[in-house]
Amino acid sequence: MDIALDVVEGQPRATPLSLVTTLEEYRKPLLPSPRRKSADIRLVARHADVYEPCDDSFALVDALLADRANICELQPSVCLEVGCGSGYVVASLALMLSDRRNIRFIATDISKSAVETTRSTLAAHNLHADVLVADLVSGIESSIAGAVDVLVFNPPYVPTADDEVGVGGIASAWAGGDRGRVVIDRMLEVVDSILSSKGWFYLVTVTANNPGEICQIMRRKGFASRIVIQRSTEEESLHVLKFWRDGTNESSDPQSNGPLVSPSGRASFLQRSLSHRLSCLVSFKSV
Amino acid sequence: MRLLTHNMLACNIKGVTNGFPLGIDATRVETKEVEMNPDFLKHIFPKLRWEAFRAAAHSLGIDNLPEQVDSNMLLDEEFLQQFHHALLEVHLEEGALICPETGRRFPVSKGIPNMLLNEDEV
Repeated sequence: MDIALDVVEGQPRATPLSLVTTLEEYRKPLLPSPRRKSADIRLVARHADVYEPCDDSFALVDALLADRANICELQPSVCLEVGCGSGYVVASLALMLSDRRNIRFIATDISKSAVETTRSTLAAHNLHADVLVADLVSGIESSIAGAVDVLVFNPPYVPTADDEVGVGGIASAWAGGDRGRVVIDRMLEVVDSILSSKGWFYLVTVTANNPGEICQIMRRKGFASRIVIQRSTEEESLHVLKFWRDGTNESSDPQSNGPLVSPSGRASFLQRSLSHRLSCLVSFKSV
Repeated sequence: MRLLTHNMLACNIKGVTNGFPLGIDATRVETKEVEMNPDFLKHIFPKLRWEAFRAAAHSLGIDNLPEQVDSNMLLDEEFLQQFHHALLEVHLEEGALICPETGRRFPVSKGIPNMLLNEDEV
C-alpha cells in the first residue's frame, strides 16, 4: 500500500557528448520526443518568481506516471491542475495522456508570473490548455462543477505564519500558514463540488501537514484515499495522496494497489491501516 | 486566450448572480493555426454554451457561426472548420473581460485572463 515507486524515464537525461558531432547539431532546437511521457526539464520555462520543478514536482509526476494506466482507463474529459507554477506537472500530464486526444486541460495559479511560465512551458511542448490567473478555481468554479475527472494539486505546504500565505511572489508557491494547511484546507472544501462522480484528486503533502488528518477530513466528505508515492528526503517526508469517491472504482487493476474500499470488509481494515500508518509517521517525525 | 477558455469564465464577485457570459473588450487578437482535432470538437460541443460562444466570436469579428446548432452539423466539414477556427485558433491576447452585471473588468494580458478578486469583492 505504501509503495515507494520510482518511475524511470525511458529517455536519457542528456545527450551523451559522443553523439554531438557538430556545433550545429548541438544547437538544434530541443523538441519534445513523441514518446516522452513527462515534460522535458530543458523545455520548462523559468522565472525568478516562479517555483522551479523540485522533489515534490517530480514525486507528483512520478505518482501520475505510476497511475497512468488507471487514468487512461478512467477516460477523463477534463484534467485540472491548481497551482501550476512552472507548468512542469500539467505539461507532463498532458504528454502522458497524449494518445487520448479529446481531453481538456486546465491550469490555474494565483501568480501571474507562474501562469505566464506555464503558458511558455506548454507552448515549448506544443501543448494546449486553458490557463488563467485564479485563486484556486475562482472564475471557473460554476463551469467545472462536477466535471473534473483528474484534479492535481501541489499546494504551498510549508508551515509558516498565517500572514505569509498568498502575499505574492514566489512565497505563494510554498507559504502554507499554520501546519502548512491553510491553502490545502481551502482546497479540500472545493474538491467535492468540482470533482466528477468518477473523478480522482491527487494531492502532495508533507508530514507536517498531518496527511492522516487530511484523509480523515476527506473521509467525512465521502472520499476514500491511498498513498500513491511516499518519499523521504533529509528535509521532509513527501506523500502523494489520491482521493476518490467512496464506492467508485479507483483502479482498473484489482491486483495492484487495490481499492481501499471494497465490499469484502478488507476495506475498512486497510483504511484503518492507512490512517494508522500516517499517524505513526506523524508521531515518528514529531519525536 | 482561446474562446474555449472564455466559455468557462464567470464573474464570481460576492452577490453577483448573473456573472456569465463575460463581455469582451479586445485590444489585440491573434490567430494561431492549429491542426483540427474532430474528436476533441465533437467531445466539447455538447458542453459548450453556444450562445455565449457565438456572442464572444462576434465581438472578435467572427460572424459566420449559426445561431441554432445541433450535433448533426458536426458531420459538415465546413461547419467543423468554422467551429474549430473560432473555438481554438482565435486568441484574445490583450484586452479585458467584462462582468455583465457589475461592469467589473478582468484584464487579459499576454493571452492570460486574470480572475483574481479584490478583498472587498470576495
